[in-house]
Amino acid sequence: MSEIGELVAAALDGKREALARLLSIAERGGAAVLEIEERIRPRVGGAWVVGVTGPPGAGKSTLINALLPHAQAAMGKAAVLAVDPSSPFSSGAILGDRVRMQGRTFGPSVFIRSMASRGEMGGLARAASTCVRLFDACGWPVVIVETLGIGQVELDIMDLADSVVVVLNPGWGDTIQANKAGLTEAGDVFVINKADKPGAQQTRKDLLESLALLAKEPKPEIVETVATASEGVGALWQAIEAQRSLLMDSTEMSDRRALRHRRFVKKTIAHQIEHSIARLLASERGERLIADASLGEIDLSRTIAQVLAILSHDLK
Amino acid sequence: MSETQKRILMAKTGLDGHWRGPTIVARALRDAGYEVIMIGMASTDDIVRAAVDEDVDLVGLNIGGHIDVALRAVRAVQEARPGLAIFAGGTVPPHAKRQLEALGVEVYPPGSRLSDIVDAAARLTGG
Repeated sequence: MSEIGELVAAALDGKREALARLLSIAERGGAAVLEIEERIRPRVGGAWVVGVTGPPGAGKSTLINALLPHAQAAMGKAAVLAVDPSSPFSSGAILGDRVRMQGRTFGPSVFIRSMASRGEMGGLARAASTCVRLFDACGWPVVIVETLGIGQVELDIMDLADSVVVVLNPGWGDTIQANKAGLTEAGDVFVINKADKPGAQQTRKDLLESLALLAKEPKPEIVETVATASEGVGALWQAIEAQRSLLMDSTEMSDRRALRHRRFVKKTIAHQIEHSIARLLASERGERLIADASLGEIDLSRTIAQVLAILSHDLK
Repeated sequence: MSETQKRILMAKTGLDGHWRGPTIVARALRDAGYEVIMIGMASTDDIVRAAVDEDVDLVGLNIGGHIDVALRAVRAVQEARPGLAIFAGGTVPPHAKRQLEALGVEVYPPGSRLSDIVDAAARLTGG
């Protein structure tokens, strides 16, 4: 059996080290990912994927820390995939989500994995979907995915999660902000964390107003929490479970999963094309094309046409 | 492309509250291109679990409090991940430094240069 084959067999058998190693291999990318995907496919599909997203500092990690005992009680065990940004300057990263998840020792029934975004936009890492499927195949019944908190709300999580939890704070923007960011469409459950701070009721009102414009019924639930004190976290877990059973009873679940597969195929192809473009432009031929264009020797649209012609030839 | 990105776990042993040292070291390692997983003050069990689950290439321990706690953490990590490199910093008195070194841990006491620590990371992760 191949090295990957052996690792997959060990991971499916419950070997933690093997799963951990496979997660790293998935992150590295390349042909190995396809082999992993192929080998785990028969075992994938049972896990419930909960996405937690929201602006930086909203309290996503702390909230997950407080949710874990509920997840453990309900599902037996739980995995967490926490994505943090890579530095655009050095490609290094400081992955700090675990600091907030050290409050209590969870024991072996919780598997926390930190992941750097490695240049991916949209709030997740490229390998996130494969990593979620790895946890799924290895028998982790619930996978909580924390997105990075850069910019406004990251929407890639919609393609990965069965339940999207959007975390906000009192004083966070107004109706215009909510509509602008598109987060009212993204969320299945909304959390106003740090609800002991002034402005929680106004934020609830603003959110309700935005959600009222949504076509979907019933409207997503809004839960107030103080994650650092575990206040309201039980109610949040119940809201997530209620959304899940609603989803299971509808056709939306299979629609979402179909959408997820389509996005995975599209992303993998896009990644390969991007790679080809980068390689072409870095080659001598590419350098020459760009140099001619920037000297004004050749019209830009002609340069682009030439590059596209070379690319489509290469891709065949 | 970041296919060979190395991952380093940074943990504090014991109850000593100094956080600045590991933070500065983590920042220097990030700037040198490493992915640094911070777990803050952690029990031996937490450190071992993180070293396994995060599949790190190197563990950095900030030694605070009693040296026995640190030695226990080192032995537990070595048992769970044989061959995994460990280096340490913090307020380490000479006798403790010798005990750590006897277990194969490189020690960088106060006054060590950041560039030496970054070089050690490169060497210990096979870079």
